[in-house]
Order: sequence, then C-alpha cells, then structure tokens
Amino acid sequence: METMLRDRRAALLLVGPALLIYSLIVLVPVVWSLAYTLFEGNVLSGFQFVGFHNFAVLVSDASFWQALAFTLKYAVVVTLGQVVIGLLLSLMYVFYLGKASGLVRTLIFFPVILPAVAIAQLFSKIFEIAPQYGLVNSLLQAVHANGLIQPWLGQGGSAFWVIVIMDIWTSMGFYAVLLFAGLVEIPGDILEGARIDGASGWRLVRYIVLPLLTPILFSSFIFSINGTLKVFASIVALTNGGPGQETTPLTLYMFNTAFSNGQYGYGSTIATALAIMSLLVTLLIFSSARRDVA
Amino acid sequence: MSQILTGRVDETKTSVRKLESKRRDATRKMLSRIPAWVLIGLILVIVLYPMLWMLLSSFKTNTEFSVEPFWSLPSAFHWENYAVAWNSGMSTYFLNSVIVVFPSLALILVISVAASFALEVMLWRGRNAILLIFLAGIMIPLQMVLLPLFTIYFQAGLIDTRWALIITYTAFGLPLAVFLMAGFFKTVPRAVIEAAVLDGASIYQIFYRVAVPMVANGLLTIALVQFFFLWNELLFALTFISSDSNRTIPTGLLNFTGEHGSVDWGPTFAAVSITVIPTLILYLVLNQKVIKGLTSGAVKG
Repeated sequence: METMLRDRRAALLLVGPALLIYSLIVLVPVVWSLAYTLFEGNVLSGFQFVGFHNFAVLVSDASFWQALAFTLKYAVVVTLGQVVIGLLLSLMYVFYLGKASGLVRTLIFFPVILPAVAIAQLFSKIFEIAPQYGLVNSLLQAVHANGLIQPWLGQGGSAFWVIVIMDIWTSMGFYAVLLFAGLVEIPGDILEGARIDGASGWRLVRYIVLPLLTPILFSSFIFSINGTLKVFASIVALTNGGPGQETTPLTLYMFNTAFSNGQYGYGSTIATALAIMSLLVTLLIFSSARRDVA
Repeated sequence: MSQILTGRVDETKTSVRKLESKRRDATRKMLSRIPAWVLIGLILVIVLYPMLWMLLSSFKTNTEFSVEPFWSLPSAFHWENYAVAWNSGMSTYFLNSVIVVFPSLALILVISVAASFALEVMLWRGRNAILLIFLAGIMIPLQMVLLPLFTIYFQAGLIDTRWALIITYTAFGLPLAVFLMAGFFKTVPRAVIEAAVLDGASIYQIFYRVAVPMVANGLLTIALVQFFFLWNELLFALTFISSDSNRTIPTGLLNFTGEHGSVDWGPTFAAVSITVIPTLILYLVLNQKVIKGLTSGAVKG
C-alpha cells in the first residue's frame, strides 16, 4: 500500500506536465518581468540596461499617480459596494425569503457569468446620449428631468460612477451567495436564543449575526479587493480609460505603456508595483487568518 | 353514541378555530412582508430589465430606436439584425472562441487531475511545497507575465495564432484547477484506494479506474468555472491576437461595436446577445452547479 503510493516515478510522471507548463508560462515570465524593470526598450527595438531608472521615472510620473489614485478609489468604493450590498441581499435571502430564496438567488447571480465586454456594451447603451438617448437619459426625459440629462460617459466624474454601478450590478449576486452560505451555517438555536433574550432586527444582526459572519465577511473583502485592484476588461470595454486618462486604472496604464508606447521595461515596473500592492493585501489575508485560528 | 358524536364535533370546532387563528397569523405575516417583496421585485427589475431591454432591442430597426420610446416593444422580430451581426464578423469570433476554449478546457482537466492525484493521494517528499507553488499562481496579476510571454510567443512565431491563447489559458487555468481538484481528492475515502491496492491494481489503474471516476463531479465543476473565465477572457486575447480572423468573442465584440456601435444599434444588440446566449443556456441548465463552483473558488482562493 504505502510503497505503491510512494512510487516517485509515477508521481513525477503525473505531476510533470502540470509543473512544466506552469513553470514555463507562469513562473519563468514572472522572474523575467522583474528583470525587465531594469531595462528599456521592447521586443522589436531591443533592450538596454538602465539600472533603477524605471523606478525613478515611476515615482515622478504624474500619470502613474493618477492611475494609482483611480485604482485605489475604484477598488475601495466597489469592494465596499459589492460586499455591503451582497450582505444586505444575503440577509434578505435568509430572513425574508427563507426557503423560497433559491430562485431569487439564481436570478440575481446571473450577471456574474456574463462576459464583461458584453455587460460594458450594454451599459454604454444604457448611459448613451448621442446619437440617441440611452435608457437612463430617456427615463430622465420621460419624467421631465431634462436638466439631469448628460453625457454620462463623457465626463470623468460621472463615468467613474457608471463604472462603479456596472461592476457592483455585475457581482453583487456573487457576494450575496457567498455570504448566504455563511449565514445558513449559523446555528438556528443561537438566533433563537438571542430572540428570546429580546434581540431583534438591527440589534440581532449587529451583535449576533455579524460577529459570527466575520471570517467569511473578511475573506469576501479580501477577494473583492484583489479583483478590483486588477480591474481591466470592464473599463477597457466601457470607457477605454477616457475621457482623457480620467478612468484609467493601473492595469490599463501598464497595457498602454507597453503596447502603445513600446516601453516594456517601464510597463513591467508598473506591473510590479501592482503585484506588490496585491501581495500586501494577500499577506493581510494570511495574518488575519492566523488571528482567527488563535 | 350521541355523546361521542358531540365530542367529535367539539374537537372539530376547536381545530377549525385554531386553523383560523393560524390563517390570520399567516395573513398578518404576509402583509408585513409586502414591503420586502416590493423591494425584492425592485431589485429583480434592476438586475433583469437591462438584459431584457438588450434582447428586445436586438429585434428593433434603426428607425424604431430614433422614433419610438425606449420601453416600446419591437414592432416585429427583425431577425435580420442577427444575420447582419453574424455575417459581419461574429461567426468568425464565435468559431475562434470554440476552437480556443474547448481544447484549453480539455488540457486543463487532464493535466490538473493527474497533478492533483500525485499531490493529494500519493505520498512523497516535497508535494506540499509544490502544491503551494501552484497556489501562488492564483494571486499573480496577469500583467506580471504579459510582456515576457509576448516576447516568447513573438520569438516562437506564435503571436497572432490561437496556439498562443490555448497555451496561456491552459497554464493559467492550472492553479485554481489543481487547488479545487486536490480538494475533491481529499474527499475520496482512503479505504477505497487501499482496497484497490489489495486487489492488485497498479498505481496508474488506481488513478484512472478508481480515483478519477470518484471525482467526476469535481471535473464538471472545474470545467464550468474555467469555461466562464476563458469564454470571457479579454487581456490575453487583446495582447496576443491582432488580426480580425483570429479574434475570439470578447475582442471581436469590442471590434464589432467599434465599427457598428454608434449607428447600427439593432445589430450591435444582436451581437451582444450572441455573445451572451451560450453562457445563458449553460446557466439555465446548470445554475446551482455554476454558483457552487464559482463561489467555492472564491472561498478557497
């Protein structure tokens, strides 16, 4: 029994293909990318060693700081929105819908699986102003709120909120199901006991439900912020970073730097900055997970 | 006899009374829930109406868009919008997506199920370290590999081929697949494996005759989760593919709306609908599995 499962040759044969392709396509390029941060140039023009020049450029690059500020603002707002609205939905599933919540859960989850590009096209039509009014502007016109009709995606401020609304709309059902799974695991007698002690409504949620839900709430926040820091497809398809550079996240700024300007070294530097940010968040997961166990 | 009968009538009366008060309670409960149901209805409208609007709009003519209010129903089912969308590129993109996504899925499944069997069921030094290395891949931002991969594929002559996508999708599908698969293997009872060993099966027979059939459900879950990721993938497709004839659906749709989006609303909505329909059908059939699979990836990732 033992000897057969300890067959090293068989183990290597089974794990080998995965390890090979994963190393070649994921691990080696990561190290390679780190090396690129010390060079200037691209695959066509060739590369030139420049030391830490790219990092010096990064620190004084106004566009980088603008993209970083946008990314952080977007990540914080969308993460809060996704998890808080997800939480409210999940509470509704459990306390109002009870056993009948299956269909509602399934329907609200649906946008999660749609292609981001398709959703963005849909939202660009919903918020369109020319050549025809989209859903929102038509609605405003119908209720005679003509003063509010505006080019939603043509202004940095409102475009930001359209992106936020779109991404929350897309994923709130996901977080609702995630938190719902946590809620149904709370033992019924704990809730019953708290009710007998006179806790109800908000107090029940605040003092009984939320503390018991903390671990899953926390991992939802972490998962969400890890995704939103790397936002790309939905913004590219909705605004492509515009107007100007006002809705450009780091991922898109990196993409444009590398492929529109042909600066692989600087592009890798931006990617590295993004990776470090994500890593810090991930370390936060582990430290908090350890605290949960202790 | 009559006494017994009256007794019975009394019993019935009390139970009727109980039932009535119960019903009154239920009605009151129902009434108190009306605000909640209104709220739920509103949320469902917010979630579902945009998609319904898209579907209805895909059947409208251009004059209907400019003359009729947005909530009007299409005057007729103008299927020609779908014909226009399909013939001006969407058929190519759709086919390319199929050609890229399904081989990638097959490779991810075969490679990850073998690896996770070795990592989870077999016993050898270093297996935990290797499992951790795979897990690290879940966190790596795709931007970190984009430029070196472009260089590699450029040197290898793979830029603007579907191979570049198949290779990349397979490699990047592995971390999550290995992780989930290892979780599924954990649930296979050791006794089953031991029994197979006693029956004289070789390690490879144990793998594909005993272990794999027991995680068939897990294979379907992983295939579903990866299908949605790959079908919707934009960044790699945008980077590695440049010619229109090799585009997959996400980049193709971007291109299509770039050309038609501002003027031809009908065909644009039809193109978006074509993109959405495969995922919609899959979701209609397997929604509970999809929901479970996608959220399990999140909890563990």
